[in-house]
Amino acid sequence: MIEEKFFKYLMAVFTYSLIGLLFLILYEIFKKGFPALSWDMISQVPKGGFYFGKEGGILNAIVGSLYLALGASLLSILISLPVAIFISISLVKYEKWQHIIRLILDLLWGVPPIVYGAFMFSIMLSFGMKASLLAGIITIALLITPVMIRAMDEVLRNIPLGLLESSLSLGATRFETAVIFFRQALPGIATAFLLGFAKGVGDTAAVLFTVGYTDYIPRSVMEPAATLPLSIFFQLSSPIEEVKARAYAAAVVLTGIILIISVFSRYLSSRVSKNTIS
Amino acid sequence: MRLTRTLKEYTAGTWTLFSVGVVLLMPLLLGIGIALKALPIFEHVTLTEMLTSGEWQPSSGKFGFLPFIVSSLVVTAIGLILMIPFGLLPAIYLTQYAPPRTLKVMRSVIDILAGIPSVIHGVWGVLIVVPLVSVYIAPIFGVNTTGYTILAGGIVLAIATLPFVLHMLLEVFRSIPMELKEASLSLGATYWETIKKVVLRKAFPGIIAAFALGVSKAFGETIAVLMVVGNIVQLPTSMFDAGYPLPALIANNYGEMLSIPMYDAALMFAALVLFIIVLIFNIFSRLAIQRTTQK
Repeated sequence: MIEEKFFKYLMAVFTYSLIGLLFLILYEIFKKGFPALSWDMISQVPKGGFYFGKEGGILNAIVGSLYLALGASLLSILISLPVAIFISISLVKYEKWQHIIRLILDLLWGVPPIVYGAFMFSIMLSFGMKASLLAGIITIALLITPVMIRAMDEVLRNIPLGLLESSLSLGATRFETAVIFFRQALPGIATAFLLGFAKGVGDTAAVLFTVGYTDYIPRSVMEPAATLPLSIFFQLSSPIEEVKARAYAAAVVLTGIILIISVFSRYLSSRVSKNTIS
Repeated sequence: MRLTRTLKEYTAGTWTLFSVGVVLLMPLLLGIGIALKALPIFEHVTLTEMLTSGEWQPSSGKFGFLPFIVSSLVVTAIGLILMIPFGLLPAIYLTQYAPPRTLKVMRSVIDILAGIPSVIHGVWGVLIVVPLVSVYIAPIFGVNTTGYTILAGGIVLAIATLPFVLHMLLEVFRSIPMELKEASLSLGATYWETIKKVVLRKAFPGIIAAFALGVSKAFGETIAVLMVVGNIVQLPTSMFDAGYPLPALIANNYGEMLSIPMYDAALMFAALVLFIIVLIFNIFSRLAIQRTTQK
């Protein structure tokens, strides 16, 4: 009895320490970053002498990150949506194949971002391609596709089989059935999209050599782009205090973006249950 | 009308097959792509030399990966040791004791933790963990250090990987059938005995697999560790030494490697080692998890 009580309290302490950990991380980031945050910071691109602590902001990194993440999640959904629907419609009678594809997706998910980055960089070298927004978008798309498929798959597999049967029995083609499934799973698909988007905004290692870095806002996909994580990473290693403070401010912006996406996707997934037939 | 329907069906079908093909071939493409680029290194240095030599002087053609491999292993081991209590205890508590509402709230907390980007963990590590190691932990052992150490790397790694492991562990414990617990309780075992002797035993393969996945995730974690681990090429002798894990090696040197012959092949070899280790860990643990969570 005493043993059980002891362990119960111990487990509770460890469990609630996780909440503490989350707050500690957020508190420290916001405490350091808020004083350095100003309107100029998020509305201007770096000006002369920015990296010695002079004027300017991180607009280049904010816009770069959003372009990168949006481009990558749009590109990824072109691949991941058909695959997710394929798994739940076409493979419905082949459970073994469903397992195999899910296993491969999980394996791909486990591949470290830095490996995707190195892979993409070697391909770029072979084709003589320079670091650019497009290369970054492709790398991030490769990285987030497995996650997005698995997230959509989790929603699609909960759609009752009866819907598939009745759609096909009424003479609908597979494509038309897929459209019905798509509409059923729409909130879930949007959540998956946001999940991929958030991963794309936050990733550093995969874009380290593929997207480059620039003080300007890219005007085409062939130009290099700055990203928030890289701007944090580079500025934090500076010995100058003003520049370091900007890294903290950029960290607040990045954390803020991630938290907003997280809250929004939570709201969306709470609506999943409302729209679907059960 | 019929024609457009058929055409749509055909186009969608072709695109789907193409997408599925891309996804299925991706692991192969990744492996081959990296291996091809790493191949030239084998003409200059033997595999055993690369894996057992500690000499790292790319400009004179010496590529000994031992310092990086050892750093990676030690950082990951520290991360794992920290992850075990913080993963296992909350997972048991949340699935066996806590009311459903607590589980729901904690799921959100874990999800938000999982969403925090690696670079933010790095910033936090520099602000909190590095001073913690340098001011509080190292003096206990009578060591003087800047705090940019293998230990700091391990702590940050544990925090960055923990949410992922917890998520897996919750899945594993949730899949333990209720009947099993009921049977044990009806035979007179107390709730705690049931958890220790039935639930934990049943979940054991899944628990091992979840931690193995955590280890493989940790092995590839780059930026967060890179920012706090010190990045000095040396064979670490204690956890208060600076380390230089494999992913950090790739990340730090990709810019300048083109001017030194074989350097790019050496870095690709590092990526290949990462890829293979992670793949092996993943295959076994995913299979084990699939087996535990089904039925």
